[in-house]
Amino acid sequence: MVTFLRKRVVSSAIPLLFVVFGVFCLARLTGDPVNLYLPLSATPEQRAEFAAANGLDQPVLVQLWDYLGQIARLDFGESLRTGQSAAEMVFAAFPATLQLAAVTMLIAVAGAVLIGCAAAYRPNSPADRVCSFLSMTAASIPDFWFAIMGVLVFGVTLGWLPTSGVTGGAEVWVLPIATLLIRPFGVLVQVVRGAMVAALTAPYTRVARSKGASEKRVVFGHALRNAAMPALTVAGDLAIGLVNGAVVVETIFGWPGIGKLMIDSVLQRDFAVLQAAVLLTAVTIFTLNILIDACYALLDARVRQAAPA
Amino acid sequence: MTVPTPAAPPSGAEPALEVENLSVDLNTASGTVRAVDGISFAVRKGVTLALLGESGCGKSMTALAVAGLLDPVAEVAEGAVRVGGTDVLRLGRAERKRLAGPVLSIVFQDALTALNPVQTVGAQLGEPFRIHQGLSRRKAREKAVELMRTVGIPEPRARARSYPHQFSGGMRQRLLIAMAVALGPDVLIADEPTTALDVTVQAQIMQLLADLQAEHDMAVVLITHDLAVVAERADNVAVMYAGTVVETGPVHEVFAAPGHPYTRGLLDSVPENVDRGQRLRSVPGSPPELTAIPAGCVFQARCPMARDRCAEERPALTPAGPSRAAACHFSEELASA
Amino acid sequence: MTATPQDPGPTAQDPGPAPQDPGPAPQDPAAAPRPAPRPARWWTLLGGDRFAAAAAVVLGLVLTAALLGPVLLGDAAERQDLRASLRPPSLDHGVLGLLGTDVLGRSMLARLIDAAGTTLSVALPAVVCSLVIGSAIGMWAGYHGGLRESAAMRVADVILSFPSLLLAVVALYVFTPSVANLVLILAITRIPVYLRTARAEAAELRSRLFVDAARTFGAGSGATIYRHILPITLPTLLTVATVDFSFVMLTESSLSFLGIGIQPPDVSWGLMVAQGRQYLQTAWWIAVLPGVAIVITTVSATIIAAWARLATDPAQRWRLTAPRARRARANRGETPS
Repeated sequence: MVTFLRKRVVSSAIPLLFVVFGVFCLARLTGDPVNLYLPLSATPEQRAEFAAANGLDQPVLVQLWDYLGQIARLDFGESLRTGQSAAEMVFAAFPATLQLAAVTMLIAVAGAVLIGCAAAYRPNSPADRVCSFLSMTAASIPDFWFAIMGVLVFGVTLGWLPTSGVTGGAEVWVLPIATLLIRPFGVLVQVVRGAMVAALTAPYTRVARSKGASEKRVVFGHALRNAAMPALTVAGDLAIGLVNGAVVVETIFGWPGIGKLMIDSVLQRDFAVLQAAVLLTAVTIFTLNILIDACYALLDARVRQAAPA
Repeated sequence: MTVPTPAAPPSGAEPALEVENLSVDLNTASGTVRAVDGISFAVRKGVTLALLGESGCGKSMTALAVAGLLDPVAEVAEGAVRVGGTDVLRLGRAERKRLAGPVLSIVFQDALTALNPVQTVGAQLGEPFRIHQGLSRRKAREKAVELMRTVGIPEPRARARSYPHQFSGGMRQRLLIAMAVALGPDVLIADEPTTALDVTVQAQIMQLLADLQAEHDMAVVLITHDLAVVAERADNVAVMYAGTVVETGPVHEVFAAPGHPYTRGLLDSVPENVDRGQRLRSVPGSPPELTAIPAGCVFQARCPMARDRCAEERPALTPAGPSRAAACHFSEELASA
Repeated sequence: MTATPQDPGPTAQDPGPAPQDPGPAPQDPAAAPRPAPRPARWWTLLGGDRFAAAAAVVLGLVLTAALLGPVLLGDAAERQDLRASLRPPSLDHGVLGLLGTDVLGRSMLARLIDAAGTTLSVALPAVVCSLVIGSAIGMWAGYHGGLRESAAMRVADVILSFPSLLLAVVALYVFTPSVANLVLILAITRIPVYLRTARAEAAELRSRLFVDAARTFGAGSGATIYRHILPITLPTLLTVATVDFSFVMLTESSLSFLGIGIQPPDVSWGLMVAQGRQYLQTAWWIAVLPGVAIVITTVSATIIAAWARLATDPAQRWRLTAPRARRARANRGETPS
């Protein structure tokens, strides 16, 4: 198990390194990185000063070394808008996004397992067909539009829920979570259903029935554990994809998370903050991948024993 | 019942398993077809009945119908399956589940897919005890280890923690058998238990089954297409063709003097029965599609002795002697030939 | 639509690997040998599935509107008329007023059709580019194996392990948002999807006899891939492309909505939703209608993809040809026991 995880950590670190270098290269790809950091209205003197101060007049290798050193010290520079340290801003915004994503994923997984199992138990029954159509639609609805419809119906017309902000009780969570939930939920229901249909027709399910196992035991004890493998893979991808949704949801509902920070820094051309946010997201995703691998190995002995590529 | 079954109770002993006029319908894209058509047989305790036939003749479907494990596309159309005198087809789902394991059990082929890949074999072998006897996890594991020892798995205590993929094919089949006999059932159905195995391992597995049968005094229904296995291991045989039973009787009698041209054809195709230098004979043609079963005799298209009557009238399974029956208009002719 | 399913006729005979389909693979109807009817034409199959037929019609309409709209409507999408500002959808103002007007009095219908063109002009090239490049690299990597395979897969993993929107956000910060850049970025983020699929299939086919045979005859790797691997892999890849079309469309809409995709004065559905946001309380239709357009188009593409997956899989195709009533019966949950 320990060897397994060590190998996974090493192979998962490669994408992380790619991002670190990617951001560095991208910043220099446009010709002059000063353009990225300073507003377009900056004078040539300001540019030269900034370049010298940040070592941008040095050879590329020296710059790379400085850059890596800065990352190691979590020093991403200062925000042009607020003058605050970029790292501080990012870390302040991070928990809000994490809470939102965690609650969403929990609901999505629990709900998808229940609904997916129910649909797979009687494949192609009317209930299953309705469920398939609804989950397909849910996975195809643009989240930003869904959010706006939510605001229109529950915020503007009915006045039940706040249209944005984080101050208040449970009601401020409803629309953001519903918006973030809809796509992962739709996708996951389809995956769980498909995997469960396969598992419920597998020979080992028949054997379990031949032992007189109750349907509950057959579905949750035997089939679900096998179906958990593909579901887990997709759930992992969806959790990573939640970043996409978070950007949209946080922008619409004014949720002070990392996604809103990212879009704001793009629109206001604040590269230091954007860079910090991207790197932190990359680290989060890296950690998430390791966690998923660990779950995988816990669920299936074959994964544990096979040397991962 | 007019048809004498192979295990027609000579001493009035009740058969452990009695299948009467069982039909199974299959819903396919091209319509509903009858995969099993009115078959009957019975087995007493301690006796082995072989269901013999080519693949697709309905023998596995029969086994699944008896065990109540048919896929949703198939359903029992009519008939009765009596286990220890009760018709299990009339039982509710929960009652039927209570019988599965302690009374009626089944061994499947292809042990790799029949074992759950994500559970330890110890947990899977202990499951019958947990379900039917409500044992604790620890106690069930003890029982599982015991079972593994009985079926000849070395170092059972350590290996109970292993997963199915860590066992060889023969060992997996042993595990599957152990699971089936865990609660000492009265009736054991073995569906091609040795098909996926090497010849040497096949013999070991068949011996294991025979030992366990003697130990638990089980009625065994052995489903196979292997004539040699039938000859060696079965007491009675029911030969199936296109969803029907075409001949029944004690193995040695049937094999010595077949009463149905299909049985004769099968026997003739075994290399040992042919003199050296002679051409190996085979039954020409292939079984009819289930969607296109002819009106008369099901075997007419491949039968060397087919006449006009065979195309018009389906022969019933008629008694020939005290314990035998064949479904052929001309079985006497065949016997005297 | 790129993903117009090819006539699956010839591929049905190919022993090609079943598409990696996590979808329904329940009961095995092959237990009963089926007669092999002539493979149905794809339009017959399409007609047999009402959902899929409706979806195909919708996609056809969107495509036609996007192509013919500019010709028929002229500059209606840009024509401002402040007296007609924020008119709700009604029948009183001619065809152009059918769906209401925006704050500048521009016809919503004309703008929606104009936006359809923009959306498709981003989504279609992006899908085609990623399909062509991804499949080519994937088949090449899968066919050759070894180092080339692992290098390609590693790069694909890296791209896939990051949210597409994140990559797009960073890239669109550095480069200015334009249609060409959008297409480029969306294509790059989706290449791994095809790469993985094509590689898996090519690696599977690499060891097949007919590929070996081609190699023995001295066919170059390019020719072998083109002649033998591409035809078998294509249906799967096209199905993936159909699913991906929805995804790319949604991503483009999201980016445009966030203000880093299509820029005014161009118009796309996502951008229209963003512009309608501030009039949510007074003129709901400005934000609602473009969203409806997105949903209808993506749902249609998804339905077509699901249908194509069935139609290109010989083992599943019977589901589309079975008469409705029988299909319902065949799919009934449990057997009465």
